[in-house]
Parts: sequence; C-alpha cells; structure tokens
Amino acid sequence: MNPPLLQVNRLRVEFATRGGPLLALDDVSLSIDAGEILGVVGESGAGKSLTGAAVIGLIEPPGRIRGGEILLDGRRIDDLPPQEMRRLRGRRIGAIFQDPLTSLNPLYTVGRQLVETIRTHLPLGAAAARQRALDLLAATGIPSPSERYDHYPHQFSGGMRQRIVIALALAAEPSLLIADEPTTALDVSIQAQVIDLLRRLCREHGTAVMLVTHDMGVIAETADRIAVMYAGRIIEIGPAADVIHRPRHPYTVGLMGSIPRFDDGVARLAQIDGAMPRLDAIPTGCAFHPRCTRAVDRCRDERPELDGPGRDGNHAVACWVAS
Amino acid sequence: MNALPNATDAADDAPVVRAIDIARHFDVSPPWIDRVLRRGGRRLVRAVDGVSFEIGRGETFALVGESGCGKSTVARMLVGLERPDRGRVEFLGADLQAGSTAAARARRGRLQVIFQDPYASLDPRWRVGSIIGEPLRAAGLAPGAGATAERVAELLRQVGLSPADATKFPHQFSGGQRQRISIARALAARPQMLVCDEPTSALDVSVQAQVLNLLQDLQRDLRLTLLFISHNLGVVHHIAHRVGVMYLGRVVELAPRRRLFATPRHPYTRMLLDAIPDLEMSGRPRSPVSGEVPSALAPPPGCAFHPRCPHADARCRSEVPREIVEAGADGPAMVACHAVEERRIGVAAAAT
Repeated sequence: MNPPLLQVNRLRVEFATRGGPLLALDDVSLSIDAGEILGVVGESGAGKSLTGAAVIGLIEPPGRIRGGEILLDGRRIDDLPPQEMRRLRGRRIGAIFQDPLTSLNPLYTVGRQLVETIRTHLPLGAAAARQRALDLLAATGIPSPSERYDHYPHQFSGGMRQRIVIALALAAEPSLLIADEPTTALDVSIQAQVIDLLRRLCREHGTAVMLVTHDMGVIAETADRIAVMYAGRIIEIGPAADVIHRPRHPYTVGLMGSIPRFDDGVARLAQIDGAMPRLDAIPTGCAFHPRCTRAVDRCRDERPELDGPGRDGNHAVACWVAS
Repeated sequence: MNALPNATDAADDAPVVRAIDIARHFDVSPPWIDRVLRRGGRRLVRAVDGVSFEIGRGETFALVGESGCGKSTVARMLVGLERPDRGRVEFLGADLQAGSTAAARARRGRLQVIFQDPYASLDPRWRVGSIIGEPLRAAGLAPGAGATAERVAELLRQVGLSPADATKFPHQFSGGQRQRISIARALAARPQMLVCDEPTSALDVSVQAQVLNLLQDLQRDLRLTLLFISHNLGVVHHIAHRVGVMYLGRVVELAPRRRLFATPRHPYTRMLLDAIPDLEMSGRPRSPVSGEVPSALAPPPGCAFHPRCPHADARCRSEVPREIVEAGADGPAMVACHAVEERRIGVAAAAT
C-alpha cells in the first residue's frame, strides 16, 4: 500500500502572547491520499484554516509550530528552510483562498500572472508557457481564453476571478491543493460551478485536496472523507456519508441538526447552547463538555483521543460517551 | 404590474405592510464635466424595478436572490432608509413616508430592522444597556431611569441574555450574542414588524440555529410580522411562510413556501434550487448551471434571465414577461415567465 500523499502527525501550533502561549492546534493528525478530497469542517476558531496554513508553511508569527510533523510523499516539509518551502509551494502544493482578489495582482493581466507562475515552476519557454496558460483558462471554464488572457483582474466577475485563482493554483500541476473556503464569497449558482470544477480537476489529475469550509452542503457534495474540528482538535473523522448521516460525536450530531434542511416537519432546529471556547479558556478534559448534554464525570477530567485511524473506511471519534 | 398575491392563512385580515410597485434607481453617471467632454449620457442602475407584495400579521415573507438582485434595497425602502423613486410602501394602512406628526413617527417605530453584521450595527463605545435603552428614551416608552433599566433587563432575558449584560460593551460578546443585542434593541420599541436583512449570514451554523429559533419564538409570542432577506435557501425554507425570488430588480416568482420548493415554476427558481449543495449526497445529476447574474448597469432586454435560460425564445429576448397570478389551495402564487404562460414548460418537481 502506498503511503498517503500528505501526512500530518500530532501537529501542535502555538501563539505566543503576553499572557503566555496559547495552544491553537493540539495534536492534529490526518492524512490525504492522491486523488482524495478531505473536507475539514468546523466553526470559526476551530483551527481548520490554521491546519491548512501549517501545511503550506504560511503560519505567521506570533504563531509557530511547536510539535509534530508534516510529511509530503513521505518527506518532512515542516522544517524546510523558507527558500525551499517557497519552491515547494506552487510546485507541489497549490492554494486557493476565500477572496480571489487577494490572490491576484491588480496591476498585471491574468495572462502575465499565469505565465510567471508557470515559468517559475516549470522549464517552459515563453510560447509554451503562454499555450499552457490558455489551456488552463479553458480548463477552468473561462470563455474565449485568448481574449481574456490580456484582461486585468478587475475586468472579471467574482466567479471568474475564483476560476483564475484555481488556474493559478493548478499552473504547475501540484499534487496537493489546499482550498480554504473557496466558494464562501460566491453566489450559490457560481458556487455550484466552482465545486463541479474542483471535483473534475481532482478526478482528472489525481490531485489530493484539503477542502476547508464551514459549509456542510459543499463538503457533502465534494469530500470523500470529513474531519470535524473543535477547539483546535479533530474530534471526528471518517467517510463523508458516515460522518454526515451517522455522526458519532455529540458536537457533530448538534452541528448536523442545526443545518436548515429541505424536508418538512422540522419545526425547530437543533441547537447547541453556548459558544466555542476562547483559546485562553479551553476547558479541561473534552473541550466540548460544558456544552455537551451527554457529558459524564470522565469528560471533565480526561481528554478523549480518536478511537481509530479515520481512514480506509474507518470512522473515528474522540468521545468517551460515543465510543 | 400590481399583482398582489394575498397573505396566507398564517395572517389575519388587513396586511401589515404593502409594497406597491416600488422601484429604486441609482444614478451612477460620471461627473457632469466628463459627460459633456465625452458626450456620455446619464447611467442608471435599476436596483429595484417594480416590486409588489404584502405581508400579513404574524407572517414571515422571505425574499431570496443572488448578490445584486435588489433584495437589500427592497428592505431599505421598507424601513424608510431609501425613498422609492416609484410606487409606495404602506405600513399599517398609511403611507410609510407620509407625515411628520408624533403619531406618524410612532407608527414608523413599530417597524424595526436587524442587519447582517452585528459588529457594524452596534456602537462600540456604548454599553449594552444604553444601546437597548435608547429607543425606549426616544419613543418615551419607559420614562424614568428605573423603568428603563427594568425594561432593558426584560428585553435581555427575552433574547436569552442576562440582565447583568447591560453594563458590558459590545466587544465583550460573540457574534451570535451581538445579534441577540441587535434583536433586543429592535424589540425595545414594541414593533409589529421586523425587517431582517441577512440576519444570520455572518454567523456560524450552530449560532445561526440559535438566532433562527429565537426569531421564531419571538414571532410566536409577540405575533411579529417578518420580512426576511436571505441568499440562503435552506434558511428561507426553514423560516418563511411565503417566498419571493428576485432577479435583477424584479420578483420573478412568489409562492407559498411549500409550493415554491416542491413545484418551482420559473426557470431561475429551478436553477437556484438545483444549485444548492445537497447534504443528502444523492448524487443526483445537476442540470448544468451556467452563466452569472448580468450587470444591473446593462440588464438584458426582455426577460432579464433570458441569456441564462434554456427555454428562452425570441419573445423572451424582447418583451418583459407579465406577472401571472394563479390561485391555489394554500394561497395565490405569481410567476413572470413567457415560457410558463405559453405552457412551453410545465410544472416540474424540484430535485431537492
């Protein structure tokens, strides 16, 4: 069996503050195979974007990795010097963020930005790079690429800009794509187009995707596996259909119940009282216990670990009551 | 133009609010001197171009649509933040804008609004008690410091916060709690109607559930009338009694909730329902969604949806569709589509 393309082992990320270090990611472990889409969900502050940022080496001070390791194709990448990490980024790992405008330079045409990215990472001549840029624009569904090649980012609509960002991320055919809320800023009809595009590109090129989002509908339609995060930890991970239809952790159960659905008969949404704890006040034991209706004494004192690997069909949960 | 489907049985007798063919156009012309030098004309954005509906007492009416369809401008006209360029809004039987008497002001106070961003709509330098107490003072509803404090405490309890929170500042609260403060402030003036403009769009899904449940409880207890603006069809399906779908400044379909989601008529409604990411993961084939909302600066002639519509023909490209009102067991419904009128497309069950 091949090792997974991406492997994150017991990753810890801290933020240094005047009041002492705050633990933002606490023993996060996950893996993604080639051609697989792993959905990472959770609410604001759960640490899902931070996990993505750690993988691409974009954690900014005062945050820093304090433990664990990140392996790409079995090779450690979290301790690479910045120069080497920069080469890896773009070439092996592509990234898509929520707001396409922050990923595009407003002063350059999209064609120039694409060619620059392509030639940074691939040994192609000017003409070949241009051809590849045009192919990428066509593959991501930009109508009449040769005309649009010379346009500036502001001349595109939001959905088209996100396609260009996807084209940029895929320019060097990376084997891993980190997509952080790629459809959140888009309207629902454009969102559907971008999801279809991501899914198709992943299938065609065998790209592994880490899809970070708070939108369970997007995850349900896209991901093969789902990792649910709460207060800096993965609390449940398993095949997408299992996590959505047979959630095990009380938090995931509540999260699924709080989503308005299209079936009749639900007069009232399930509601998890309270809010996600702040980083400086993470409860002892299971961080969810103060909000959990099923908590027992053990939940207050002892921290539960995931009860399985959460891959190859395994559906793992970190909960004393559920397991 | 003035098709006004009646309220459903969720409401009684006279509607609380009526929007009658309201329109709002924004002038986005270049400066005068540029127009003269470049011989350009004026440019108008028809943000809202003739929208009519009415909402009965205790009813929730939702407007859905994508960015730029004009739904928020409708909300702003309804609460008097924008004046309609055409048409009028009637609230409790009188023109909303008319009158500057104390009675007219008091009437307008019965209509309150909640905005999307609870971070922007609360003054960071005011304590929560003053934020909620201000409308009480302005309307003279609870004269005296003691009475004001008592009413503020009652309002805080009503939205699920503690009376002790009155002494805190907005930054000490999470997003969901801030939205509760906005709701408490809106309730202070004892409104009959709340206009909610994307009230949960900035919130996490579990917090959204808390706020939606709160709004439903308050509606039941206080018989509030709600206009609910949202782009989230799941939320709209959950909370609304009737739904209007907007596209480029017009309502293209308006129907009781169950009917709209079960048997959408307008091709745009069908496309929207089809595009929703599905938790059920049935692997249903999507009808290919194509294109984007065109610019409101240069809306397509005829039916504004025709460039994206699979059923468009020559008539759709030239003639604005009429609003067709049809009766139904659960109340009337409206659709504006040539293809539906000519029976070129029938009633299709929604995919969801």
